[in-house]
Amino acid sequence: MLFILQTALELGFLYSLVPLALFISFRILNIADMTTDGCFVLGAAVSVTMAAAGHPFLGIVCAMLSGACAGIVTAFLQTRMGVPSILAGIITNTGLYTVNLMVMGWSSNVSLLKTETLYTIFKKTGIGKSWNEAILSGLIVILVAALVFAFLGTRLGLMIRASGDNIDMVRASSINPAFTITVGLAVANSLTALSGALVGQYQSTTDINSGTGIVVVALACLIIGETCLGKKTILKGVIAAILGSLIYRTIYAIILYTKVIPVQGLKLMTAVVVALAIFAPTFKDWLAFQKQKKTAGKRGQKNA
Amino acid sequence: MLDINHISKTFHPGTISAKTALNDLSVHLAPGDFVTIIGSNGAGKSTLFNAVAGSFYVDAGTITLDGRDITYLPEHKRAKIIGRMFQDPLKGTAPNMTIEENLALAYVRSGEKSSLFSTLKKKDKDIFRERLALLNMGLEDRLKHPVGLLSGGQRQALTLLMATMSTPKILLLDEHTAALDPGTAEKVLELTKHIVEKDHITCMMITHNMHQALELGNRTFLMSDGNIVLDVKGEERKGLTVDDLLDKFRQGTGKDLDNDRILLST
Repeated sequence: MLFILQTALELGFLYSLVPLALFISFRILNIADMTTDGCFVLGAAVSVTMAAAGHPFLGIVCAMLSGACAGIVTAFLQTRMGVPSILAGIITNTGLYTVNLMVMGWSSNVSLLKTETLYTIFKKTGIGKSWNEAILSGLIVILVAALVFAFLGTRLGLMIRASGDNIDMVRASSINPAFTITVGLAVANSLTALSGALVGQYQSTTDINSGTGIVVVALACLIIGETCLGKKTILKGVIAAILGSLIYRTIYAIILYTKVIPVQGLKLMTAVVVALAIFAPTFKDWLAFQKQKKTAGKRGQKNA
Repeated sequence: MLDINHISKTFHPGTISAKTALNDLSVHLAPGDFVTIIGSNGAGKSTLFNAVAGSFYVDAGTITLDGRDITYLPEHKRAKIIGRMFQDPLKGTAPNMTIEENLALAYVRSGEKSSLFSTLKKKDKDIFRERLALLNMGLEDRLKHPVGLLSGGQRQALTLLMATMSTPKILLLDEHTAALDPGTAEKVLELTKHIVEKDHITCMMITHNMHQALELGNRTFLMSDGNIVLDVKGEERKGLTVDDLLDKFRQGTGKDLDNDRILLST
Protein backbone atom coordinates (compact mmCIF):
# COMPACT_ATOMS: atom_id res chain seq x y z
CA MET A 1 0.00 0.00 0.00
CA LEU A 2 2.82 2.34 0.98
CA PHE A 3 4.53 1.42 -2.25
CA ILE A 4 1.51 2.53 -4.22
CA LEU A 5 1.43 5.85 -2.41
CA GLN A 6 5.14 6.36 -3.05
CA THR A 7 4.80 5.76 -6.80
CA ALA A 8 1.74 7.98 -6.90
CA LEU A 9 3.57 10.84 -5.18
CA GLU A 10 6.61 10.53 -7.42
CA LEU A 11 4.71 10.44 -10.69
CA GLY A 12 2.04 12.82 -9.43
CA PHE A 13 4.57 15.54 -8.71
CA LEU A 14 6.68 14.84 -11.80
CA TYR A 15 3.74 15.15 -14.17
CA SER A 16 1.95 17.93 -12.24
CA LEU A 17 3.76 20.69 -14.11
CA VAL A 18 1.84 19.79 -17.28
CA PRO A 19 -1.59 20.52 -15.72
CA LEU A 20 -0.01 23.68 -14.30
CA ALA A 21 1.05 24.62 -17.84
CA LEU A 22 -2.49 23.93 -19.05
CA PHE A 23 -3.81 26.09 -16.24
CA ILE A 24 -1.91 28.98 -17.84
CA SER A 25 -2.69 28.21 -21.49
CA PHE A 26 -6.16 26.64 -21.26
CA ARG A 27 -7.68 28.34 -18.23
CA ILE A 28 -5.99 31.74 -18.14
CA LEU A 29 -5.28 32.43 -21.81
CA ASN A 30 -8.27 30.39 -22.96
CA ILE A 31 -6.19 28.62 -25.63
CA ALA A 32 -6.21 24.83 -26.12
CA ASP A 33 -2.46 24.43 -26.61
CA MET A 34 -1.77 21.29 -28.61
CA THR A 35 1.99 21.91 -28.49
CA THR A 36 1.98 20.06 -25.17
CA ASP A 37 2.61 16.44 -26.34
CA GLY A 38 5.63 17.26 -28.46
CA CYS A 39 6.91 19.82 -26.02
CA PHE A 40 6.94 17.26 -23.21
CA VAL A 41 9.13 14.92 -25.30
CA LEU A 42 11.30 17.88 -26.32
CA GLY A 43 12.00 18.63 -22.66
CA ALA A 44 12.77 14.97 -21.94
CA ALA A 45 14.98 14.61 -25.02
CA VAL A 46 17.02 17.73 -24.27
CA SER A 47 17.41 16.88 -20.60
CA VAL A 48 18.36 13.21 -21.11
CA THR A 49 20.72 13.94 -24.00
CA MET A 50 22.49 16.59 -21.96
CA ALA A 51 22.61 14.38 -18.89
CA ALA A 52 24.21 11.69 -21.05
CA ALA A 53 26.82 14.27 -21.98
CA GLY A 54 27.43 14.91 -18.28
CA HIS A 55 25.30 18.03 -17.69
CA PRO A 56 22.18 17.02 -15.74
CA PHE A 57 21.55 20.50 -14.26
CA LEU A 58 22.23 22.42 -17.44
CA GLY A 59 19.99 19.86 -19.17
CA ILE A 60 17.02 20.95 -17.07
CA VAL A 61 17.62 24.64 -17.82
CA CYS A 62 18.06 24.00 -21.55
CA ALA A 63 14.93 21.85 -21.60
CA MET A 64 12.90 24.75 -20.18
CA LEU A 65 14.39 27.17 -22.71
CA SER A 66 13.64 24.82 -25.60
CA GLY A 67 10.07 24.45 -24.33
CA ALA A 68 9.70 28.23 -24.23
CA CYS A 69 10.91 28.36 -27.85
CA ALA A 70 8.26 25.82 -28.86
CA GLY A 71 5.65 28.02 -27.16
CA ILE A 72 6.93 31.08 -28.99
CA VAL A 73 6.65 29.25 -32.34
CA THR A 74 3.02 28.33 -31.60
CA ALA A 75 2.28 31.89 -30.51
CA PHE A 76 3.95 33.29 -33.62
CA LEU A 77 1.85 31.08 -35.90
CA GLN A 78 -1.24 32.20 -34.06
CA THR A 79 -0.69 35.91 -33.51
CA ARG A 80 1.37 36.92 -36.55
CA MET A 81 0.46 34.40 -39.23
CA GLY A 82 -3.24 34.09 -38.50
CA VAL A 83 -3.26 30.31 -37.93
CA PRO A 84 -6.20 29.29 -35.69
CA SER A 85 -4.91 28.56 -32.18
CA ILE A 86 -5.60 24.80 -32.05
CA LEU A 87 -4.10 24.29 -35.51
CA ALA A 88 -1.05 26.37 -34.55
CA GLY A 89 -0.33 23.96 -31.69
CA ILE A 90 -0.85 20.90 -33.89
CA ILE A 91 1.51 22.28 -36.53
CA THR A 92 4.25 22.95 -33.96
CA ASN A 93 3.62 19.54 -32.42
CA THR A 94 4.07 17.81 -35.78
CA GLY A 95 7.29 19.70 -36.47
CA LEU A 96 8.59 18.87 -33.00
CA TYR A 97 8.55 15.14 -33.81
CA THR A 98 11.47 15.63 -36.18
CA VAL A 99 13.16 18.12 -33.86
CA ASN A 100 12.92 15.60 -31.00
CA LEU A 101 14.46 12.83 -33.11
CA MET A 102 17.22 15.25 -34.04
CA VAL A 103 17.86 16.09 -30.39
CA MET A 104 18.14 12.37 -29.57
CA GLY A 105 20.63 11.89 -32.37
CA TRP A 106 18.15 10.43 -34.86
CA SER A 107 17.30 7.61 -32.50
CA SER A 108 13.80 6.93 -31.21
CA ASN A 109 15.00 6.43 -27.63
CA VAL A 110 17.93 7.32 -25.41
CA SER A 111 18.81 5.56 -22.16
CA LEU A 112 21.16 6.68 -19.44
CA LEU A 113 23.48 3.98 -18.16
CA LYS A 114 25.51 4.83 -15.11
CA THR A 115 25.35 8.53 -15.94
CA GLU A 116 24.53 10.95 -13.20
CA THR A 117 21.08 12.52 -13.15
CA LEU A 118 19.43 14.97 -10.80
CA TYR A 119 17.96 12.00 -8.99
CA THR A 120 21.15 9.95 -8.54
CA ILE A 121 22.91 13.06 -7.22
CA PHE A 122 20.12 13.74 -4.73
CA LYS A 123 20.02 10.09 -3.67
CA LYS A 124 23.66 10.31 -2.59
CA THR A 125 22.78 12.99 -0.01
CA GLY A 126 20.74 10.34 1.78
CA ILE A 127 17.80 12.69 2.41
CA GLY A 128 14.43 10.95 2.68
CA LYS A 129 15.86 7.47 2.15
CA SER A 130 13.61 5.51 -0.19
CA TRP A 131 11.32 8.53 -0.50
CA ASN A 132 14.09 10.70 -1.95
CA GLU A 133 12.63 10.78 -5.46
CA ALA A 134 9.21 11.87 -4.25
CA ILE A 135 10.78 14.52 -2.00
CA LEU A 136 13.00 16.01 -4.70
CA SER A 137 10.14 16.12 -7.21
CA GLY A 138 7.82 17.63 -4.61
CA LEU A 139 10.31 20.34 -3.67
CA ILE A 140 10.90 21.32 -7.28
CA VAL A 141 7.19 21.41 -8.07
CA ILE A 142 6.31 23.47 -4.99
CA LEU A 143 9.06 25.96 -5.81
CA VAL A 144 7.93 26.25 -9.44
CA ALA A 145 4.27 26.57 -8.42
CA ALA A 146 5.15 29.36 -5.98
CA LEU A 147 7.06 31.16 -8.74
CA VAL A 148 4.14 30.77 -11.17
CA PHE A 149 1.74 32.13 -8.57
CA ALA A 150 3.99 35.13 -7.89
CA PHE A 151 4.42 35.73 -11.63
CA LEU A 152 0.66 35.84 -12.21
CA GLY A 153 0.42 38.64 -9.64
CA THR A 154 2.93 40.89 -11.41
CA ARG A 155 1.93 43.51 -13.94
CA LEU A 156 2.93 41.19 -16.79
CA GLY A 157 0.95 38.37 -15.17
CA LEU A 158 -2.12 40.60 -14.94
CA MET A 159 -1.74 41.52 -18.61
CA ILE A 160 -1.65 37.83 -19.56
CA ARG A 161 -4.69 37.06 -17.42
CA ALA A 162 -6.65 39.94 -18.93
CA SER A 163 -5.80 38.71 -22.46
CA GLY A 164 -7.77 35.54 -21.81
CA ASP A 165 -10.54 37.35 -19.98
CA ASN A 166 -11.40 40.36 -22.14
CA ILE A 167 -9.24 41.04 -25.17
CA ASP A 168 -11.07 44.30 -26.03
CA MET A 169 -10.18 45.68 -22.66
CA VAL A 170 -6.57 44.60 -23.13
CA ARG A 171 -6.26 46.56 -26.37
CA ALA A 172 -7.93 49.55 -24.73
CA SER A 173 -5.30 49.39 -21.99
CA SER A 174 -2.58 49.85 -24.65
CA ILE A 175 -1.37 46.27 -24.24
CA ASN A 176 -0.46 44.27 -27.34
CA PRO A 177 -2.31 40.94 -27.04
CA ALA A 178 0.18 39.31 -29.42
CA PHE A 179 2.89 40.02 -26.87
CA THR A 180 0.97 38.71 -23.85
CA ILE A 181 -0.13 35.53 -25.67
CA THR A 182 3.48 34.90 -26.69
CA VAL A 183 4.78 35.29 -23.15
CA GLY A 184 1.95 33.17 -21.74
CA LEU A 185 2.52 30.28 -24.15
CA ALA A 186 6.30 30.47 -23.65
CA VAL A 187 5.90 30.18 -19.87
CA ALA A 188 3.33 27.37 -20.16
CA ASN A 189 5.47 25.34 -22.54
CA SER A 190 8.62 25.84 -20.49
CA LEU A 191 6.70 24.21 -17.62
CA THR A 192 5.63 21.31 -19.85
CA ALA A 193 9.22 20.85 -20.98
CA LEU A 194 10.42 21.00 -17.37
CA SER A 195 8.03 18.18 -16.52
CA GLY A 196 9.39 16.16 -19.44
CA ALA A 197 12.94 16.95 -18.37
CA LEU A 198 12.33 15.71 -14.81
CA VAL A 199 10.51 12.57 -15.96
CA GLY A 200 13.33 11.80 -18.39
CA GLN A 201 16.03 11.99 -15.74
CA TYR A 202 13.88 10.17 -13.17
CA GLN A 203 13.36 7.25 -15.53
CA SER A 204 16.88 7.55 -16.98
CA THR A 205 15.39 7.12 -20.40
CA THR A 206 13.25 8.81 -22.95
CA ASP A 207 11.26 7.68 -25.91
CA ILE A 208 9.95 9.57 -28.93
CA ASN A 209 6.40 8.47 -28.09
CA SER A 210 6.50 9.19 -24.35
CA GLY A 211 4.40 12.33 -24.75
CA THR A 212 1.47 10.80 -26.62
CA GLY A 213 -1.81 11.76 -25.03
CA ILE A 214 -0.22 13.75 -22.23
CA VAL A 215 -2.34 16.81 -22.97
CA VAL A 216 -5.54 14.83 -22.36
CA VAL A 217 -4.25 13.31 -19.13
CA ALA A 218 -3.09 16.72 -17.89
CA LEU A 219 -6.43 18.26 -18.74
CA ALA A 220 -8.15 15.52 -16.74
CA CYS A 221 -5.81 16.20 -13.79
CA LEU A 222 -6.61 19.92 -13.92
CA ILE A 223 -10.35 19.24 -13.96
CA ILE A 224 -10.10 16.69 -11.12
CA GLY A 225 -8.22 19.27 -9.03
CA GLU A 226 -10.68 22.05 -9.85
CA THR A 227 -13.63 19.82 -9.03
CA CYS A 228 -12.14 19.20 -5.58
CA LEU A 229 -10.94 22.75 -4.85
CA GLY A 230 -12.95 25.10 -7.02
CA LYS A 231 -11.33 27.52 -9.44
CA LYS A 232 -12.33 30.87 -8.08
CA THR A 233 -8.89 32.29 -7.38
CA ILE A 234 -5.48 31.96 -9.00
CA LEU A 235 -4.05 30.35 -5.84
CA LYS A 236 -6.75 27.68 -5.91
CA GLY A 237 -6.12 27.06 -9.60
CA VAL A 238 -2.39 26.56 -9.09
CA ILE A 239 -2.92 24.18 -6.18
CA ALA A 240 -5.71 22.37 -8.05
CA ALA A 241 -3.35 21.57 -10.94
CA ILE A 242 -0.92 19.81 -8.60
CA LEU A 243 -3.55 18.18 -6.41
CA GLY A 244 -5.37 16.86 -9.49
CA SER A 245 -2.18 15.28 -10.76
CA LEU A 246 -1.56 13.56 -7.40
CA ILE A 247 -5.10 12.17 -7.32
CA TYR A 248 -4.90 10.96 -10.91
CA ARG A 249 -1.59 9.18 -10.36
CA THR A 250 -2.91 7.55 -7.17
CA ILE A 251 -5.79 6.02 -9.12
CA TYR A 252 -3.34 5.04 -11.84
CA ALA A 253 -0.96 3.40 -9.35
CA ILE A 254 -3.75 1.45 -7.67
CA ILE A 255 -4.83 0.03 -11.01
CA LEU A 256 -1.23 -0.78 -11.93
CA TYR A 257 -0.46 -2.68 -8.71
CA THR A 258 -3.73 -4.34 -7.87
CA LYS A 259 -4.15 -5.37 -11.52
CA VAL A 260 -7.91 -4.92 -11.23
CA ILE A 261 -7.51 -4.17 -14.88
CA PRO A 262 -4.80 -5.86 -16.98
CA VAL A 263 -1.88 -3.57 -17.81
CA GLN A 264 -2.74 -3.75 -21.51
CA GLY A 265 -6.09 -2.18 -20.62
CA LEU A 266 -4.52 0.89 -19.07
CA LYS A 267 -4.95 3.14 -22.07
CA LEU A 268 -8.65 2.42 -22.19
CA MET A 269 -8.87 2.95 -18.45
CA THR A 270 -7.09 6.30 -18.82
CA ALA A 271 -9.53 7.34 -21.50
CA VAL A 272 -12.45 6.36 -19.27
CA VAL A 273 -11.01 8.23 -16.30
CA VAL A 274 -10.42 11.30 -18.48
CA ALA A 275 -13.92 11.20 -19.93
CA LEU A 276 -15.44 10.79 -16.46
CA ALA A 277 -13.28 13.57 -15.05
CA ILE A 278 -14.36 15.96 -17.77
CA PHE A 279 -17.95 14.78 -17.36
CA ALA A 280 -17.97 15.45 -13.59
CA PRO A 281 -18.81 19.18 -13.61
CA THR A 282 -21.55 18.62 -16.21
CA PHE A 283 -22.93 15.73 -14.13
CA LYS A 284 -22.94 17.96 -11.04
CA ASP A 285 -24.97 20.59 -12.90
CA TRP A 286 -27.36 17.94 -14.21
CA LEU A 287 -27.87 16.54 -10.70
CA ALA A 288 -28.54 20.00 -9.31
CA PHE A 289 -31.01 20.63 -12.12
CA GLN A 290 -32.88 17.35 -11.47
CA LYS A 291 -33.12 18.25 -7.79
CA GLN A 292 -34.34 21.72 -8.66
CA LYS A 293 -36.97 20.30 -11.01
CA LYS A 294 -38.28 18.00 -8.29
CA THR A 295 -38.40 20.56 -5.50
CA ALA A 296 -39.73 23.27 -7.80
CA GLY A 297 -42.62 20.97 -8.70
CA LYS A 298 -43.42 20.34 -5.04
CA ARG A 299 -43.15 24.02 -4.17
CA GLY A 300 -45.53 24.75 -7.00
CA GLN A 301 -48.06 22.22 -5.69
CA LYS A 302 -47.87 23.70 -2.21
CA ASN A 303 -48.65 27.13 -3.55
CA ALA A 304 -51.53 25.85 -5.66
CA MET B 1 -6.20 68.72 -30.52
CA LEU B 2 -7.83 66.32 -32.97
CA ASP B 3 -7.52 66.95 -36.70
CA ILE B 4 -9.39 64.73 -39.10
CA ASN B 5 -8.64 65.44 -42.77
CA HIS B 6 -10.83 64.01 -45.50
CA ILE B 7 -11.11 60.49 -44.16
CA SER B 8 -13.14 57.86 -46.01
CA LYS B 9 -13.93 54.27 -45.25
CA THR B 10 -15.86 51.76 -47.34
CA PHE B 11 -16.64 48.31 -45.96
CA HIS B 12 -16.68 45.32 -48.35
CA PRO B 13 -15.59 47.44 -51.35
CA GLY B 14 -16.41 46.03 -54.78
CA THR B 15 -19.11 43.70 -53.48
CA ILE B 16 -22.86 43.96 -53.50
CA SER B 17 -22.82 44.79 -49.78
CA ALA B 18 -20.32 47.64 -50.17
CA LYS B 19 -21.11 50.39 -47.68
CA THR B 20 -19.49 53.78 -47.50
CA ALA B 21 -19.43 54.40 -43.76
CA LEU B 22 -17.29 57.52 -43.78
CA ASN B 23 -17.42 59.85 -46.73
CA ASP B 24 -14.65 62.47 -46.99
CA LEU B 25 -15.13 63.59 -43.40
CA SER B 26 -13.06 66.48 -42.04
CA VAL B 27 -13.27 68.10 -38.62
CA HIS B 28 -11.11 69.93 -36.15
CA LEU B 29 -11.45 69.76 -32.37
CA ALA B 30 -9.91 72.40 -30.12
CA PRO B 31 -8.37 71.35 -26.78
CA GLY B 32 -11.10 70.99 -24.16
CA ASP B 33 -13.91 70.65 -26.70
CA PHE B 34 -16.78 68.46 -25.49
CA VAL B 35 -18.73 67.35 -28.55
CA THR B 36 -22.03 65.52 -28.50
CA ILE B 37 -22.89 63.54 -31.62
CA ILE B 38 -26.32 62.52 -32.86
CA GLY B 39 -27.41 61.00 -36.14
CA SER B 40 -29.55 58.49 -37.97
CA ASN B 41 -29.01 54.75 -37.77
CA GLY B 42 -25.91 53.91 -39.76
CA ALA B 43 -24.83 57.52 -40.12
CA GLY B 44 -21.26 56.55 -39.27
CA LYS B 45 -21.06 57.73 -35.65
CA SER B 46 -19.46 54.59 -34.26
CA THR B 47 -17.41 54.17 -37.43
CA LEU B 48 -15.94 57.62 -36.80
CA PHE B 49 -14.92 56.49 -33.30
CA ASN B 50 -13.50 53.24 -34.65
CA ALA B 51 -11.43 55.21 -37.15
CA VAL B 52 -10.06 57.52 -34.47
CA ALA B 53 -9.37 54.66 -32.04
CA GLY B 54 -7.76 52.51 -34.74
CA SER B 55 -10.12 49.51 -34.87
CA PHE B 56 -9.44 49.71 -38.62
CA TYR B 57 -7.32 51.92 -40.86
CA VAL B 58 -9.10 54.48 -43.04
CA ASP B 59 -9.04 54.14 -46.84
CA ALA B 60 -8.04 57.76 -47.36
CA GLY B 61 -7.23 60.88 -45.37
CA THR B 62 -5.23 61.50 -42.21
CA ILE B 63 -5.93 61.66 -38.48
CA THR B 64 -3.72 63.82 -36.27
CA LEU B 65 -4.01 63.84 -32.49
CA ASP B 66 -2.14 66.44 -30.48
CA GLY B 67 0.21 67.11 -33.38
CA ARG B 68 1.02 63.45 -33.94
CA ASP B 69 -0.06 61.63 -37.11
CA ILE B 70 -1.83 58.50 -35.84
CA THR B 71 -3.42 57.42 -39.14
CA TYR B 72 -1.48 54.14 -39.28
CA LEU B 73 -0.68 53.68 -35.60
CA PRO B 74 -1.90 50.27 -34.33
CA GLU B 75 -4.92 50.27 -32.04
CA HIS B 76 -3.12 49.20 -28.86
CA LYS B 77 -0.53 51.96 -29.30
CA ARG B 78 -3.20 54.62 -29.80
CA ALA B 79 -4.90 53.39 -26.66
CA LYS B 80 -2.11 55.04 -24.69
CA ILE B 81 -3.50 58.48 -25.54
CA ILE B 82 -7.15 57.63 -26.29
CA GLY B 83 -9.73 56.69 -23.69
CA ARG B 84 -12.77 54.81 -24.93
CA MET B 85 -16.07 53.53 -23.56
CA PHE B 86 -18.74 51.41 -25.21
CA GLN B 87 -22.43 50.96 -24.69
CA ASP B 88 -21.88 47.40 -23.44
CA PRO B 89 -20.71 47.60 -19.80
CA LEU B 90 -19.06 44.17 -20.20
CA LYS B 91 -16.60 45.44 -22.79
CA GLY B 92 -14.41 47.63 -20.66
CA THR B 93 -13.43 45.36 -17.77
CA ALA B 94 -12.09 41.84 -17.19
CA PRO B 95 -14.81 39.95 -15.24
CA ASN B 96 -12.65 37.25 -13.64
CA MET B 97 -10.14 39.70 -12.26
CA THR B 98 -10.59 41.79 -9.14
CA ILE B 99 -11.32 45.51 -9.06
CA GLU B 100 -7.77 46.34 -8.03
CA GLU B 101 -6.31 44.12 -10.74
CA ASN B 102 -8.44 45.85 -13.38
CA LEU B 103 -7.34 49.25 -12.14
CA ALA B 104 -3.73 48.09 -12.12
CA LEU B 105 -4.06 47.29 -15.83
CA ALA B 106 -5.43 50.76 -16.51
CA TYR B 107 -2.29 51.99 -14.82
CA VAL B 108 -0.29 50.40 -17.66
CA ARG B 109 -1.68 53.10 -19.93
CA SER B 110 -0.22 55.86 -17.84
CA GLY B 111 3.11 54.97 -19.43
CA GLU B 112 4.90 55.18 -16.11
CA LYS B 113 8.09 53.27 -16.69
CA SER B 114 7.57 50.62 -14.09
CA SER B 115 8.89 47.10 -14.48
CA LEU B 116 6.74 44.37 -16.02
CA PHE B 117 7.44 42.35 -12.91
CA SER B 118 6.32 44.93 -10.39
CA THR B 119 3.42 44.04 -8.14
CA LEU B 120 0.64 46.13 -6.64
CA LYS B 121 1.98 48.33 -3.86
CA LYS B 122 0.07 49.70 -0.92
CA LYS B 123 0.58 53.16 -2.39
CA ASP B 124 -1.19 52.09 -5.62
CA LYS B 125 -4.06 50.62 -3.64
CA ASP B 126 -4.45 53.85 -1.69
CA ILE B 127 -4.71 55.75 -4.96
CA PHE B 128 -7.30 53.22 -6.25
CA ARG B 129 -9.32 53.55 -3.06
CA GLU B 130 -9.26 57.33 -3.28
CA ARG B 131 -10.40 57.30 -6.93
CA LEU B 132 -13.11 54.70 -6.29
CA ALA B 133 -14.46 56.75 -3.40
CA LEU B 134 -15.21 59.49 -5.97
CA LEU B 135 -17.74 57.15 -7.58
CA ASN B 136 -19.70 57.02 -4.37
CA MET B 137 -20.69 53.39 -4.99
CA GLY B 138 -18.88 51.76 -2.10
CA LEU B 139 -16.42 50.09 -4.47
CA GLU B 140 -13.45 51.35 -2.45
CA ASP B 141 -14.16 48.62 0.11
CA ARG B 142 -14.40 45.87 -2.50
CA LEU B 143 -10.95 45.99 -4.08
CA LYS B 144 -10.57 42.21 -3.85
CA HIS B 145 -13.95 41.42 -5.44
CA PRO B 146 -14.08 40.07 -9.00
CA VAL B 147 -15.50 42.66 -11.39
CA GLY B 148 -17.95 40.05 -12.70
CA LEU B 149 -19.94 40.45 -9.47
CA LEU B 150 -20.61 44.16 -10.08
CA SER B 151 -23.76 45.58 -11.66
CA GLY B 152 -23.68 47.07 -15.16
CA GLY B 153 -23.66 50.60 -13.77
CA GLN B 154 -20.83 49.86 -11.38
CA ARG B 155 -18.82 48.25 -14.15
CA GLN B 156 -19.40 51.23 -16.42
CA ALA B 157 -18.36 53.65 -13.69
CA LEU B 158 -15.23 51.56 -13.14
CA THR B 159 -14.52 51.62 -16.88
CA LEU B 160 -14.84 55.40 -16.84
CA LEU B 161 -12.32 55.55 -14.04
CA MET B 162 -9.98 53.25 -15.95
CA ALA B 163 -10.33 55.20 -19.21
CA THR B 164 -9.41 58.44 -17.45
CA MET B 165 -6.90 57.06 -14.94
CA SER B 166 -4.15 58.73 -16.91
CA THR B 167 -5.66 61.75 -18.65
CA PRO B 168 -6.25 60.78 -22.30
CA LYS B 169 -5.74 63.24 -25.15
CA ILE B 170 -9.25 62.42 -26.24
CA LEU B 171 -12.09 60.50 -24.65
CA LEU B 172 -14.54 58.64 -26.92
CA LEU B 173 -17.90 57.79 -25.35
CA ASP B 174 -20.12 55.60 -27.51
CA GLU B 175 -23.58 55.79 -25.88
CA HIS B 176 -21.90 54.69 -22.68
CA THR B 177 -25.03 55.16 -20.57
CA ALA B 178 -27.55 53.69 -23.00
CA ALA B 179 -27.59 50.18 -21.50
CA LEU B 180 -28.07 51.38 -17.92
CA ASP B 181 -31.27 52.03 -16.00
CA PRO B 182 -32.22 55.75 -15.90
CA GLY B 183 -31.01 56.36 -12.34
CA THR B 184 -27.63 54.73 -12.87
CA ALA B 185 -27.29 56.35 -16.30
CA GLU B 186 -27.79 59.75 -14.67
CA LYS B 187 -25.13 58.98 -12.10
CA VAL B 188 -22.56 57.75 -14.64
CA LEU B 189 -23.26 60.83 -16.76
CA GLU B 190 -22.69 63.12 -13.77
CA LEU B 191 -19.40 61.37 -13.11
CA THR B 192 -18.42 61.75 -16.75
CA LYS B 193 -19.15 65.47 -16.63
CA HIS B 194 -17.24 65.85 -13.40
CA ILE B 195 -14.12 64.04 -14.59
CA VAL B 196 -14.09 65.65 -18.03
CA GLU B 197 -14.35 69.12 -16.51
CA LYS B 198 -11.84 68.48 -13.75
CA ASP B 199 -9.13 67.18 -16.10
CA HIS B 200 -10.10 69.38 -19.11
CA ILE B 201 -10.38 66.31 -21.31
CA THR B 202 -11.22 66.75 -25.00
CA CYS B 203 -14.22 64.51 -25.46
CA MET B 204 -16.66 63.19 -28.06
CA MET B 205 -19.90 61.56 -26.95
CA ILE B 206 -22.44 59.73 -29.10
CA THR B 207 -25.93 59.92 -27.66
CA HIS B 208 -29.47 59.24 -28.77
CA ASN B 209 -30.94 61.63 -26.26
CA MET B 210 -31.55 65.00 -27.99
CA HIS B 211 -31.87 66.93 -24.72
CA GLN B 212 -28.64 65.46 -23.48
CA ALA B 213 -26.97 66.34 -26.76
CA LEU B 214 -27.82 70.00 -26.27
CA GLU B 215 -27.29 70.23 -22.51
CA LEU B 216 -23.87 68.62 -22.36
CA GLY B 217 -20.68 69.99 -23.81
CA ASN B 218 -19.99 72.98 -26.02
CA ARG B 219 -20.51 71.54 -29.51
CA THR B 220 -22.95 69.24 -31.26
CA PHE B 221 -22.44 67.29 -34.48
CA LEU B 222 -25.30 65.93 -36.54
CA MET B 223 -24.16 63.04 -38.69
CA SER B 224 -25.73 61.57 -41.80
CA ASP B 225 -24.44 59.27 -44.57
CA GLY B 226 -20.90 59.11 -43.28
CA ASN B 227 -20.36 62.80 -42.80
CA ILE B 228 -20.96 65.61 -40.34
CA VAL B 229 -23.84 67.59 -41.84
CA LEU B 230 -24.21 70.05 -39.02
CA ASP B 231 -21.70 71.44 -36.52
CA VAL B 232 -23.47 73.61 -33.93
CA LYS B 233 -21.37 75.61 -31.51
CA GLY B 234 -20.98 78.93 -29.72
CA GLU B 235 -23.80 81.48 -29.78
CA GLU B 236 -25.80 79.51 -32.28
CA ARG B 237 -26.00 76.54 -29.87
CA LYS B 238 -27.26 78.57 -26.90
CA GLY B 239 -31.01 78.51 -26.54
CA LEU B 240 -31.37 75.89 -29.26
CA THR B 241 -34.31 73.53 -28.67
CA VAL B 242 -34.74 69.94 -29.79
CA ASP B 243 -37.24 71.05 -32.43
CA ASP B 244 -34.77 73.62 -33.79
CA LEU B 245 -32.21 70.87 -34.05
CA LEU B 246 -34.60 68.57 -35.90
CA ASP B 247 -35.45 71.40 -38.28
CA LYS B 248 -31.79 72.08 -38.92
CA PHE B 249 -31.26 68.43 -39.65
CA ARG B 250 -34.10 68.44 -42.16
CA GLN B 251 -32.67 71.51 -43.87
CA GLY B 252 -29.19 70.08 -43.90
CA THR B 253 -30.01 66.65 -45.31
CA GLY B 254 -33.41 67.05 -46.89
CA LYS B 255 -34.85 64.23 -44.76
CA ASP B 256 -36.08 63.49 -41.24
CA LEU B 257 -33.79 62.26 -38.53
CA ASP B 258 -34.29 58.52 -38.62
CA ASN B 259 -33.07 56.81 -35.48
CA ASP B 260 -35.43 54.45 -33.71
CA ARG B 261 -33.90 55.06 -30.33
CA ILE B 262 -34.08 58.83 -30.69
CA LEU B 263 -37.75 58.57 -31.70
CA LEU B 264 -38.44 56.44 -28.64
CA SER B 265 -36.68 58.75 -26.23
CA THR B 266 -38.19 62.08 -27.37
